[in-house]
Amino acid sequence: MTNIERHNYDVVVIGAGGAGLRAAIEARLAGKRTAIISKSLFGKAHTVMAEGGAAAAMGNANAGDNWMVHFRDTMRGGKFLNNFRMAELHATEAPERIWELETYGALFDRTSDGKISQRNFGGHEYPRLAHVGDRTGLELIRTLQQKIVSLQQEDFAATGNYESRLRVFAETTITELFVENGRIAGCFGYYRESGEFVLFETPSIVLATGGVGKSYKVTSNSWEYTGDGHALAMRAGATLINMEFLQFHPTGMVWPPSVKGILVTESVRGDGGVLKNSEGKRFMFDYVPDVFRKQYAETEEEADRWYTDPDNNRRPPELLPRDEVARAINSEVKAGRGTPAGGIYLDIASRRSPEFILKRLPSMHHQFKELADVDITASPMEVGPTCHYVMGGVEVDPDTAAAAVPGLFAAGEVSGGMHGSNRLGGNSLSDLLVFGKRAGEYAARHADEAVKRAKVSAAALNAAVETALAPLGRGEGGENPYTLHSELQQVMNDLVGIIRRRSELEESLGRLADLKERVKKVGVAGGRRYNPGWHLALDLRNMLAVSECTAKAALEREESRGGHTREDFPKMDPNWRRVNLVCSLRDEDVRLERKPLPKMRPELMQLFDRAELSKYLTDEELAEFDELAGKADA
Amino acid sequence: MGEKRNFRVWRGDDSSGQLQDFQVEVNEGEVVLDIIHRLQATQAPDLAVRWNCKAGKCGSCSMEINGKPRLGCMTRMSTFEPTETVTVTPLRTFPVIRDLVTDVSFNYQKARELPAFAPPAGVAPGEYRMQQVDVERSQEFRKCIECFLCQNVCHVIRDHEENKPAFAGPRFFIRAAELDMHPLDARTDRKDMAVEEQGIGYCNITKCCTEVCPEHIKITDNAIIPMKERAVDRRYDPIAWLGSKIFRRDQLDRPAGYATTAVASRPNAGTTSSPAEHAAAAGAQGDISMNWHREAAVGHAAPVGPDGKLPVTEFTGELAGAQSPFGDDVAFPMAVQDITYQHPTKPDEH
Repeated sequence: MTNIERHNYDVVVIGAGGAGLRAAIEARLAGKRTAIISKSLFGKAHTVMAEGGAAAAMGNANAGDNWMVHFRDTMRGGKFLNNFRMAELHATEAPERIWELETYGALFDRTSDGKISQRNFGGHEYPRLAHVGDRTGLELIRTLQQKIVSLQQEDFAATGNYESRLRVFAETTITELFVENGRIAGCFGYYRESGEFVLFETPSIVLATGGVGKSYKVTSNSWEYTGDGHALAMRAGATLINMEFLQFHPTGMVWPPSVKGILVTESVRGDGGVLKNSEGKRFMFDYVPDVFRKQYAETEEEADRWYTDPDNNRRPPELLPRDEVARAINSEVKAGRGTPAGGIYLDIASRRSPEFILKRLPSMHHQFKELADVDITASPMEVGPTCHYVMGGVEVDPDTAAAAVPGLFAAGEVSGGMHGSNRLGGNSLSDLLVFGKRAGEYAARHADEAVKRAKVSAAALNAAVETALAPLGRGEGGENPYTLHSELQQVMNDLVGIIRRRSELEESLGRLADLKERVKKVGVAGGRRYNPGWHLALDLRNMLAVSECTAKAALEREESRGGHTREDFPKMDPNWRRVNLVCSLRDEDVRLERKPLPKMRPELMQLFDRAELSKYLTDEELAEFDELAGKADA
Repeated sequence: MGEKRNFRVWRGDDSSGQLQDFQVEVNEGEVVLDIIHRLQATQAPDLAVRWNCKAGKCGSCSMEINGKPRLGCMTRMSTFEPTETVTVTPLRTFPVIRDLVTDVSFNYQKARELPAFAPPAGVAPGEYRMQQVDVERSQEFRKCIECFLCQNVCHVIRDHEENKPAFAGPRFFIRAAELDMHPLDARTDRKDMAVEEQGIGYCNITKCCTEVCPEHIKITDNAIIPMKERAVDRRYDPIAWLGSKIFRRDQLDRPAGYATTAVASRPNAGTTSSPAEHAAAAGAQGDISMNWHREAAVGHAAPVGPDGKLPVTEFTGELAGAQSPFGDDVAFPMAVQDITYQHPTKPDEH
């Protein structure tokens, strides 16, 4: 038996991004001995990538803003599939969570009267995003990180040990959760540095592991986004919802590799950039759907006149809604007219002078020049849909962030329901603060209630060790993890991407099943010390599990809504709005169930006008709404 | 596809290691980190490297490329000649864990020793009022992505392991400056602490930290120099100076931790209140696995005087301007044969 380091904590937080750190702060403030498990170094979480800001209806920029307006915007953005209670809590509590950060030392940009400045963002009715230039995510992480250090300093003053009540386990990956007698008993993982194993015995675990983007070939996510929390939760017996909803951006860079996945802002198209295929054809004119025919130009000449004379000309088809653009790009690539890297060309260089581009798109120009030596004033960009955010995640109780297994909590991107079928920009940073705090609070409370703590059984521990060591045992003779990873990414990119259709989704399930068998035979060379091949080998089964959820749910949901677009079912269907697809694991296979959506409270329903609701609700629901409205009037 | 290029990557762990040669495909538009990833995928699956965002925002992939501290994701292959061998080594100032991954826990220890933001008394959350112009000064330092390249390049600790206990390094001088300039921080002793607790006096303003900062933070000009100013005012006060000559050190209430003498002070060699000891004591209490005893690698000779130190000012040095710890005759990128990455030996061997 391998020697295993053991720890005992009241609360263990898996993930050290915004949600994880906020949860840990709350658990420690509640007096609980808390561990934070970070897959990377402390302070390197993917949260740093968030640029826009954190949405909170503080009303600094426009006094008309309040939580009800924010709630409405969030529900609209999610196409009414959101868990209404989560959206409500989020909208009401976000301002407090932001103000709290200032007491930790955060320095947001200011308004002229010294308050926190708020900026406009797509989908938000009022300027609402608290921000620090374009590095708001970094400010958030640093602030929370420094708050944790400050709590450790207090503990040092009290006990002589910085880590007596709050400890960060950096570069540590959790591979297994333990459930005994139906409740959480602990978790198991390895230190990346040494490869040594570590066991945490704890009654409360908060999952805050972020998203799943690394299953896709083109993604703006970092290597850590392998769906660990999603998979751990399912293996522990919890459920996932909304896994079919992924946020893609139609134009991410696909080449060169140094900037693959990085978003190219839509304003490149707004300022004259056009999409061309490998034959040099400006193909968007072939993809204008009938419903948009009247608003969009039919000839290149007319389209080009629009930039200077929008009143007398129709818009260029490059400015069609996001999913239309994505669909067109998808079709061109699949028809074999894509670039070698599998994208299409976005050309502004041949259409605008370098001076114009520099003036209108300075940060885009700078970013690509600095990261890739690509001069967007000189040559076209290669772009394609890029995976950005997963709306789906662990099904939780809105108020307590508790998952189906007692003792398990989830917050941030790994949890599901808050954003419905599509997330508004700026809502993720506030989401992780609001629900990170709640998860920490209720995890601490659960630790109090768990008087008799369950012990992790030796058999479960042995099995976890065996699973973790298996790829090393097979050595170089096994399947290469890097090859398997790139094949998985290709399958997800080609068949479960931004535009989906039945035949492809069915094909993907077959391919994923094959991959699942091969992942069981994955082998790596080298030892346990900081061996990235081994780490990837262990992450693969998580990526496969969440990919299977996404593919199955995408096949089941026969409509298009938010981050799920079915070419064979292009319309939104009010009947589908009432259904959540819930994934769970039976043995090794993902099981899918339909579950009704919680019903919105009447007073929240009445924040919307009937005309808007009629786009989303079934006739039956509308009749109920009318009845309510009638009562209110009477 | 791309052409084959020559790479030399340091491989090994805390016991031994060497530069290993690779022939690897390089495509247009790639950065050094892409090539490391290709090596992992095709030739060396267990090659250890830290990375996260691959967009210059997280500060994980710090390494030394042709001898110069850089981020792997921000170093484009097009900046090298096609025939040039690119040599990649781990950060030299920190102990190697494996291949390109080093133990940077020194920095997290130093972060703990710096008192956190002290919220103003009687100001409720939501009532904080600050002007943009006032927050901007601190915001510059909050751009820091904690890549620790400045810590790695700083010669006070790069080749002087013995200075580590007493010296916090540029990353934490900008943190101190950030809090000192924070409009609402309740502490007023940040500058004194920079001298007494952080050892800012060791810094002789060679600006190497500023030069390697990927966020282009003006570490020296905007943080270190302003933090030194008040300290210098007091320490060069003739009466204080006279006092320091008349009284013994242990009779003074302030430790003599400034540039000209502090380098010599060691744990158990100086007074009881020297910053070195203070920090060492705090380190011991804090008890994290820190290896203070690692033998430092021999670097390129710095232009030191007979006393073994860099000139304090350019007036006493041979060259105008700040001295580089690499030596002033070194041009980057360095030729492969000139890169002398020396692996630190095991701590228990001596």
